[in-house]
Amino acid sequence: MDLLHYLILSMLLFIVGAVGFIVKKNIISMFLCVELMLNAVNLSFIAFSSFLNQVDGQIIVFFVMVVAAVEAAVGLAITIVLYRNRNTLNADDADTMKW
Amino acid sequence: METVLFYLFATVALASAVMVVVNRKVFYSAISLIICLCSVAVLYLILESPFIAAIQIIVYAGAIMVVFLFVIMLLDPFSSSIMRDKKKFLAYIGVLLGILTITLLYPVLRSYDIAQTPKNPRFLDREVGSIKQLGESLFNEYLLPFEMTSVLILIAIIGVVVLAKRQVSK
Repeated sequence: MDLLHYLILSMLLFIVGAVGFIVKKNIISMFLCVELMLNAVNLSFIAFSSFLNQVDGQIIVFFVMVVAAVEAAVGLAITIVLYRNRNTLNADDADTMKW
Repeated sequence: METVLFYLFATVALASAVMVVVNRKVFYSAISLIICLCSVAVLYLILESPFIAAIQIIVYAGAIMVVFLFVIMLLDPFSSSIMRDKKKFLAYIGVLLGILTITLLYPVLRSYDIAQTPKNPRFLDREVGSIKQLGESLFNEYLLPFEMTSVLILIAIIGVVVLAKRQVSK
């Protein structure tokens, strides 16, 4: 398998995640799509790391996973607070700060 | 063998990624995302990085997705997640943008030539994926970012506790 196959798979996964982020209105679904995009980028990092013989890509993936965990924790806490205050999970309903 | 495994798990990953977006119930989206993460972990194994594959399954598909599922079950998804599509055209615009991005990005990926990029002479071929090599690099070159992540996690813990605390006096 050459690098192009992995890059194309990574691109397709990223675009599915990005389209999902645009289309979805449920906040938790949008978070899942963000995780999907992070995962796609991780795949291309690992592919480059493997094909270029460098360990740096794997370390960046390690850090991306840490950031993903942090983002999920904070985001889900915000979701819970939103649900408690507004009784909704729809991102369009949280428009207080919208201009 | 490797090719067959790649195509099998790439197909599973793509199909479950599409299911994440298509499913209307959040719970099933999360389950599809777990399947996607696990099949990408198999691709990591094919790419000779077993440590990242293990971390992917333990931390990502294990810990993070359990938090997601926990919150989903806490918030009663089966009643509130099925929403009316007020803006149907948004879906078409999204798909259109996706196709546009694919057509723009594919020639760029196509034109990249791996042979022109110099390989790192520091490592032997078999050593790159090993945990020893990863740990040495992580705790020498990347020590400062590693310590920064602990600060980041501390900030996140404090932030989550502050956010999720109930305000008693209102």
